[in-house]
Amino acid sequence: MSNTALAEKPTDPSQRETVESAVVRFAGDSGDGMQLTGGQFTLATAFAGNDLSTFPDFPAEIRAPAGTTFGVSSFQINFGSRVIKTAGDAFDMLIAMNPAALKVELGGLKQGGVIIADTGSFGERDLRKAGYDSNPLEDGSLQGYHLVALDISKLTMEAVKDTGLSKQEALRCKNMWTLGFVYWMYGRDRKPTADWLIAKFGKRPDVAAANVAAMDAGHTVAETMELPDGVHGFHVDAADIAPGTYRTVTGAEALAWGLAAGTHLADIKMVFASYPITPASQLLHSLSKMIDHNVVTFQAEDEIAAACAAIGASFGGSLGVTSSSGPGIALKTEAIGLAISTELPMIIVNSQRAGPSTGMPTKTEQSDLYQAVLGRNADSPLCVLAARSPADCFDVAIEAVRIAIKYMTPVFVLTDGYIGNAAEPWNIPDINDYAKIPVNFRTDPEGFHPFLRDDDTLARVWAVPGTPGLEHRIGGIERDYDSGNISYDPGNHQKMTDTRFAKIAGIAKDIPDQGVEDGNTSGKLAVVGWGSTYGPISRAVANLRAQGLDVSHIHLRHIWPFPENLGDLLKGFEQVLVPEMNHGQLVNVLRAEYLVPAEGLNKVSGQPFKIIEIEDAIRARLET
Amino acid sequence: MNVVTPPEKLTPKDFATDQEVRWCPGCGDYAILKGVQKTLADIGARPENTVFVSGIGCAARFPYYVKTYGFHTIHGRAPAFATGLKLANPDLDIWVVSGDGDALSIGGNHLFHLLRRNVDLQFLLFNNEIYGLTKGQYSPTSRQGTRSPSTPWGSLDNPASAAVFALGAGARFVARGIDSNQKHLPGVLARAHAHKGTSFVEIFQNCKVYNDGVFENFTGRDVAADQQIYVEHGKPLTFGKDGEKGLRLNTQTLALETVVIGENGVTEADILVHDETNKMIATLLAHMDPPTMPVALGVLYCAPGQSYDDEVTDLVRSHTPAEKPDFNKLLRAGRTWTVD
Repeated sequence: MSNTALAEKPTDPSQRETVESAVVRFAGDSGDGMQLTGGQFTLATAFAGNDLSTFPDFPAEIRAPAGTTFGVSSFQINFGSRVIKTAGDAFDMLIAMNPAALKVELGGLKQGGVIIADTGSFGERDLRKAGYDSNPLEDGSLQGYHLVALDISKLTMEAVKDTGLSKQEALRCKNMWTLGFVYWMYGRDRKPTADWLIAKFGKRPDVAAANVAAMDAGHTVAETMELPDGVHGFHVDAADIAPGTYRTVTGAEALAWGLAAGTHLADIKMVFASYPITPASQLLHSLSKMIDHNVVTFQAEDEIAAACAAIGASFGGSLGVTSSSGPGIALKTEAIGLAISTELPMIIVNSQRAGPSTGMPTKTEQSDLYQAVLGRNADSPLCVLAARSPADCFDVAIEAVRIAIKYMTPVFVLTDGYIGNAAEPWNIPDINDYAKIPVNFRTDPEGFHPFLRDDDTLARVWAVPGTPGLEHRIGGIERDYDSGNISYDPGNHQKMTDTRFAKIAGIAKDIPDQGVEDGNTSGKLAVVGWGSTYGPISRAVANLRAQGLDVSHIHLRHIWPFPENLGDLLKGFEQVLVPEMNHGQLVNVLRAEYLVPAEGLNKVSGQPFKIIEIEDAIRARLET
Repeated sequence: MNVVTPPEKLTPKDFATDQEVRWCPGCGDYAILKGVQKTLADIGARPENTVFVSGIGCAARFPYYVKTYGFHTIHGRAPAFATGLKLANPDLDIWVVSGDGDALSIGGNHLFHLLRRNVDLQFLLFNNEIYGLTKGQYSPTSRQGTRSPSTPWGSLDNPASAAVFALGAGARFVARGIDSNQKHLPGVLARAHAHKGTSFVEIFQNCKVYNDGVFENFTGRDVAADQQIYVEHGKPLTFGKDGEKGLRLNTQTLALETVVIGENGVTEADILVHDETNKMIATLLAHMDPPTMPVALGVLYCAPGQSYDDEVTDLVRSHTPAEKPDFNKLLRAGRTWTVD
């Protein structure tokens, strides 16, 4: 578009519309660099002092055919001057880098929301590929929205024409031009991104310069052009955030640091064995860099070998950790049974994704709770924890290490594709504030046998190869309670099975009572959640409590065993609603354990809950 | 004066546990157990530092009978457990005990990767060409036509050759022995132990109950001399009752052939000299089958290379700072900001 530079427009906050929060969604082709753009916008927003939450949403294909709807890659961010708990329901602004992005994402834009579209990518061929018969930017179909249509492709080419880049390379700066434009819209500082570009393209200063030039040009155009009626700059005040040193963190990063923090606190080596799978691989990547922190990573030949190597490492006195997503966890099942049977510490991380089978690898779901709690042959109890948000992964991982070592048991950590990829600001903790995790390797041969137990925890001794006088043999065959030798004795098997159950059940005494996140400890309705539904549930409950509804939010970290008081707590409510991104799993475990009339609210679209969906379900139960 | 007390010399008996051995009477595993316990004593193995790891099957019961550390794991996966164990503690001396079903059927993938990685341990494959513990079904090494409960009309599929598989997977030590040959087996096991990296040893083991006599075609008293060749590095590849037979490389067909010294103008100089560092020779030897060729026994191949665990140890060492790194620094690396 040519209507630029009519007048200087105000940049100071007083001239902008102040909003409490905003939701922006960047959408483009897989090759348009939307994740990277969103990541930079996230950092700039964090530096501006807003609270935030992000939702990267991308296809499984690395490079789907350009311009197709299934190749659309999106990044959503919700930021504000208040506490932000979700990536937001409907968005205020949609950046559509091509017709496919517009087609896929338009439904999520608020009425009256802003669309920023690159007209340079709305040619006849592009429109046809996205399934448009006519150009939506011109045919009036976008009435009801505020459209900012710019030839971003052309403007980018102009901005970088002096840098000597090829046309292809120059066009790749489109995302930075757009980012510059959006930076102006929300009054964001460009410098951190400029610094980042210069560092990233250290070996290609021409590329770095072009990207910075494109970003600056986009910013200038936004600042100087006459924006359509109803479109203007916004200001979002800094949020009231607790003092501290912050960084943005994704769930995968926080989990990696949390696991390493756990073994650091236990002062033992971590052997992390894994096989690449979406969306779990990021954990392997993050931990692979921590070689200087007593972390050895092993990319095994398959999922089974990864689980087995982790168990072998735990037998050897390290903490074995393995990680995967549902289908990979299924393959590890037999090995996990051996870790239960030989009572070795182990952590299994499941970054859940939509299934069954391959399902939708890049889309999120919470449908592996049954698999974690129940999904093994025979009576084979273990401990299951779930993280509620990216930052929460850190503490959950440390708790998993503590329980695995103290109780000599495998521990499942459930996270999901959404938590793994989403980012939020994190008040970085001081590792010295965490309690050490004691590790008591047996060294005394006196009275030793490999299934000696701690009277209190029922955990067996950890006696590692290399220790003189403690040579012993363990395996998957049932062992005698009093000697650890192979035993087929009927009474002994009953006793060992009972003991394995009692050991895991006993963990309930060693975890905090279940609290209430928001609301009263009894009343009309408790909304019980676990995992990544935390954000939408807490916002929905807070909204409706503000309107006077008697609703409380309970969110579980300990999925198995449950906290000791959970049954009594739930019985204090007339109704229990359990929103889950599955067809109903936690709800049935709660019903089975406590005989409470819990009801499910279930969503399996591969997308997180919207706040409104949970609000509607609560209203339906309370406003009769 | 300081007197250094030499470590007490252990005997084979010191490596026997108090557990009742539960293999069938006459099973070849008894002989192998004896051979291994003798080897452990011979090489001065320290029980506290030695670990036997196994999967599932008759052979996999082995760890329960050796007084060291032992881990009886799940079917086919022993190589993976052993790899993890070695990563946890590279100083351990690990033996993996497996059978033809465990190693080449359900665990074929793991064995392949163990060998290509060259993890420092000894891998013993007890090959009896049958599934014992599940009561007699044919195995991946069973010869075509093997009648078993699952193949009443004879097995159809081609058998795998363990040694050929190992060489193909990149093994750097491949040897063979026979359960009953107690004079030979401990020496092979000692060589396997001395080798740094994965030492693959195939042991022909007779299953008395389900496959008795399957190796008689080369282990029988009447045929052994003509159907076995004990290979030794640097020595001519001769065999036969009086060492009159030998292996000659036919340079036209690039194949080995059996010749008789003194017949058809063949002299000792025509006999191929075994070079255990030569993979081509090892491969040719591994492929030999009776009755046209003898079965090659002893160390077929030994060409040491860096082991995976050594490489990991080196990498870790090169990245380990002199002082324990500050975990708080790790959490604060990269972009951070402060809120007052």
